[in-house]
Amino acid sequence: MSEAVSALKGASFDGIVTVEEMGLQGMITLRGDLASPEMKKAVKDATGLNVPEQGHIAGEGGNWVAWMSPDELLLIVAYESVSDTEASLRDALSKVHHLAVNVSDTRAMFRLSGNGALVREAIAKLCPVDMRTEAFAPGQFRRSRMAQVPAAIWMPDESSVQVVCFRSVAEYAFNLLKGAAAPGSEVSLFS
Amino acid sequence: MSTRLANGGRLLNKGRALDFTFNGKRFKGVEGDTLASALLANDQMMVGRSFKYHRPRGIVASGGEEPNALVGLGEDAKFEPNQRVTTTELFDGLTCTSQNHWPSLEFDIGAVNSKLARFLPAGFYYKTFMFPRPFWKHIYEPFIRQSAGLGKAPRDRDQDSYEHFYAFFDVVVIGGGVAGLQAAKAAGQAGAKVLLMEQTPHWGGRAPVDGGTIDGQPVDNFVDQIVSDLETMENVTLRTRMMGSGVYDHGYVLGYERVSDHQPGAKSPRHRLWRIRAGQIVTATGAIERPISFAGNDVPGVMLASAVRDYAVNYGVSVGDRTVVVTNNDDAYRTAITLKKLGLDVPVIVDARAGGGGALAGEAAALGIRVENGKGIARVKGGKRVEGVEICTQAGEGAALELIKCDAVAMSGGWSPVVHLWSHCGGKLLWDDENAMFRPDGDKAPTGADGKRFVIPAGSADGYLDLATVLENADVAGKAAAEATGYVPGKAEAPVATPETAAPIEAVWMMPQGASIKLRMKAWLDYQNDVKVSDVQLAAREGYESVEHAKRYTTLGMATDQGKLSNINGLAILSDSLSQPIPQTGTTTFRPPYTPISLASIAGEARNETFQPLRKTPMHAWHEENGAYWEPVGAWRRPYCYQKPGETIEEALHREITQTRDSLGMLDASTLGKIIVKGPDAGKFMDMLYTNMMSTLKPGRCRYGLMCNENGFLMDDGVVARLDEDTFLCHTTTGGAENIHGHMEEWLQTEWWDWKVYTANVTEQYAQIGVVGLKSRKVLEKLTDDDIGGDALSFMGWKEITLTGGIPARVFRISFAGELSFELAVPASRGRELWDKLIEAGAEFNVTPYGTEAMHIMRAEKGFIMIGDETDGTVIPQDLGMQWAISKKKEDYLGKRAQERSHMTDPTRWKLVGLETLDGSTLPDGAYATADGTNANGQRNVQGRVTSTYHSPTLGRGIAMGLVLNGPDRMGDVLDFPKVDGTVIKAKIVEPIFYDKDGEKQNV
Repeated sequence: MSEAVSALKGASFDGIVTVEEMGLQGMITLRGDLASPEMKKAVKDATGLNVPEQGHIAGEGGNWVAWMSPDELLLIVAYESVSDTEASLRDALSKVHHLAVNVSDTRAMFRLSGNGALVREAIAKLCPVDMRTEAFAPGQFRRSRMAQVPAAIWMPDESSVQVVCFRSVAEYAFNLLKGAAAPGSEVSLFS
Repeated sequence: MSTRLANGGRLLNKGRALDFTFNGKRFKGVEGDTLASALLANDQMMVGRSFKYHRPRGIVASGGEEPNALVGLGEDAKFEPNQRVTTTELFDGLTCTSQNHWPSLEFDIGAVNSKLARFLPAGFYYKTFMFPRPFWKHIYEPFIRQSAGLGKAPRDRDQDSYEHFYAFFDVVVIGGGVAGLQAAKAAGQAGAKVLLMEQTPHWGGRAPVDGGTIDGQPVDNFVDQIVSDLETMENVTLRTRMMGSGVYDHGYVLGYERVSDHQPGAKSPRHRLWRIRAGQIVTATGAIERPISFAGNDVPGVMLASAVRDYAVNYGVSVGDRTVVVTNNDDAYRTAITLKKLGLDVPVIVDARAGGGGALAGEAAALGIRVENGKGIARVKGGKRVEGVEICTQAGEGAALELIKCDAVAMSGGWSPVVHLWSHCGGKLLWDDENAMFRPDGDKAPTGADGKRFVIPAGSADGYLDLATVLENADVAGKAAAEATGYVPGKAEAPVATPETAAPIEAVWMMPQGASIKLRMKAWLDYQNDVKVSDVQLAAREGYESVEHAKRYTTLGMATDQGKLSNINGLAILSDSLSQPIPQTGTTTFRPPYTPISLASIAGEARNETFQPLRKTPMHAWHEENGAYWEPVGAWRRPYCYQKPGETIEEALHREITQTRDSLGMLDASTLGKIIVKGPDAGKFMDMLYTNMMSTLKPGRCRYGLMCNENGFLMDDGVVARLDEDTFLCHTTTGGAENIHGHMEEWLQTEWWDWKVYTANVTEQYAQIGVVGLKSRKVLEKLTDDDIGGDALSFMGWKEITLTGGIPARVFRISFAGELSFELAVPASRGRELWDKLIEAGAEFNVTPYGTEAMHIMRAEKGFIMIGDETDGTVIPQDLGMQWAISKKKEDYLGKRAQERSHMTDPTRWKLVGLETLDGSTLPDGAYATADGTNANGQRNVQGRVTSTYHSPTLGRGIAMGLVLNGPDRMGDVLDFPKVDGTVIKAKIVEPIFYDKDGEKQNV
């Protein structure tokens, strides 16, 4: 066997919502002047996406650009194409001060899917985030904490949430999400 | 006797009987009962023993304020102590036991304390057990501890689940009585997002029991209507069985939802703790009736008048056939009227007011109830239940005028608004003399960051005690809350209730007014902690003038009920004793939670496997399968050593070190911090971070560096690799990764914000494996075609190579063990794969994975320092003889100036040396070297201490490092290290390098 493996190898759980570890994702931390034309072009060329506004994420499927901080983006691409994306960024940004670094293996990613209201509730049990539809909608990106570990969340669509956390705590995160999705634990606030 | 009535019980479903047991006795209740109503329906008047005197105690109240009726609920993994029967909903199969009795509730040995009450006054323990001093620790305290405490701690692991829930609302209304309902409606109609929570399973609060007319219809109809109105409003959330537990800064509210206490066995969590952010909080928490302090007011069968009424109306339970009502206000007349109408006997209403009551008094008289104005109760007759009362003149000293037989007493000393939640976050109170109560001071509300109020009291909680003003006030509160959160309140008028004319309350803090000491010693203020009127008076006489001091001296209000019934009465007695007005005495501090909440709900998900995050490297599972003896390092678990079957830890360490030095070892070093520093100013930045020169490092090379904080103290160390002209990779200690990254960002963001440097923490990107020992190059050569020979990859160099299977790796030729060694960094996703390949390829060299302890021992043999062993936050590099790692060419680095301070350059600072015991034994960790004489405290003077100490398998003897006064100048001196057992180990000062002093082994 000579295959790269994710932290939990795609483990999943069916409760009031479905929780899945999403396997390996290509991720790049990109730091620089987000407002500069070079940065905008580099991101566009590398991912086909625009630099998102503060607190937002652009993209779909397996291709995302998330706003992490005033000078940092997280690019999510296919695991296999990270080096191509990195190369493309390096070329485009060779003349400006920046940092592009592969962080694919530092992370674990989870998807919660099913009933949209219950997906929101499961997250609201763990993250101090306003998960009401009027406060958190697809397109927004939130760095927060999930119980005792850092995590970032967004909603690819109305019926799912994706969670990114560090790889070393993938098992803890999965156990947390399983607990939040335990049968019988519906809060019935958002539904 | 107390019993179930043939009729009544608005909350009951009499069609469904439920079985339960109390102290093993089988009882029957019905659906809708609380445990309290079911016990009373079975004539279980006595439910526990008091804390100090073990007096028989019965149920006093009908809600969360209950002080007496606490039971141990459930069994084994479901057991929970101190559960109030009044807030426990009955379910089929419930089991409970009474508390604080031995051997049984009916016959209790501890009750002898009651006979000794004269000798157990307030402050008894403080006064009695002070001397002789040593007795406290060894005799008094263990004995007192054994007899203290109400419930028993559970012995089994809790099998239920609990969770948190973060929620956000514009307006949170706490309390689902008519005030809360109206406030929620008013706020909701304005458009605000509203949460209304009610601690019981029912809406409407007291109103359906107390009666009244709202907009021309009976109050229960009004409640039904408004609840159904609210249910149709999408912006309003209604939750029952959820208590507002606490109000905190910035509109933070804790809501304690008892999800499935009433249906054990349900899959749902037992409790859910709502952590809520609210724009505005409306406290519609109602009011609590006060007891009256007369002798024997704790005999089972003496209850709050409102509770007697509640049990009759809500649960169809009569507390007694003959109930004497004693009051200082009109409200208690409702109890007499209710009982009379149910066909029960009310021999007399004892009204302390000389002028008697208002309209309700007239109604009672019309029903033929005898009313005695200006009278009081001298004492209650009976022990385990009420047998009668002696009536006296309220103005007198308690001479009995008449004995009236009865089996229950309903008392009302007036009402106290529940101001707890208003007060939690700083809301102030006013003393309302006319109504004899503290009420919220609207001008001194809890304020938020904007300086504006964020808590609004409503209804009885705001001091409005009649239905008409309650509704008016609640409507205003709801609209104000909506307005404060940016909504425009509607024009709808508040519902109008028919007002009542009542005669004013007269404050009665003691009954009779001039009660003798004998009576006062039996007049209870705090039932749960057994505090009597006489105790508070004694505290005042002994100088406890502050209410907070008197509280602690007497324990008034310090029990699990936090004095809900006792505080106002107690501080009124205190004020009277001090001859000062009540507001001058003030109240004690109200603190969350309002009533006790389960510890498990506070823990939420943080239990069992999610108690704490455990960080795992990609090779964690292998370690687990191969005998790892774990050591926690930060949140990581690292193998301390790997034990083979039958092997001791010492044997494992010996094997790991010997085989590594002789042939080949492997270390999972993935947890080491790895931080990228990149940019045109990266070199400049690195020179500031590290004490040595980093900017001159060539790409492809590594350098060991020290990092100090601005006070000059060593904070971290590690190997830096220069990846390219612009980029450095900094290795930090395992525990230091996040801190050092934060340290870097802090300097970049606050001081050197104009430097062109970016950092990224890539610690987890790489699985890092140390391949260590004589055969390390040989095994690597089996796995790569790249040249890793001594010329292509010299000591302190690094290069990128490809390993079998196409694994991309960075290989660093660095050594912490003093042997030829390599560190391989590969993507974490391929770490386990590489580990397995190394194990396989290394088999012919007897490859031996080793843990952190072998790593520590091997580095100590080489005299390498360890952050956290040789350093403790007070050590500078100069103390460790590391001047070689401090650049003299650099103008500045973090810590440079601090290290030039006089104390830092003091030649008498203890310095690092090696220590060799004369007998070859191992020094104890942290042991001190003694010097002549003693210090000012009479302790032995010291001249050094051990920082690292191990048995070295390589040398077959104990080795140690330590910081010693003038150590480097005293080579060969022998120091004394006393051990805890009184013996002394002698150790010689030597160089701190014990193994391969010339460093030839790592250079092969």
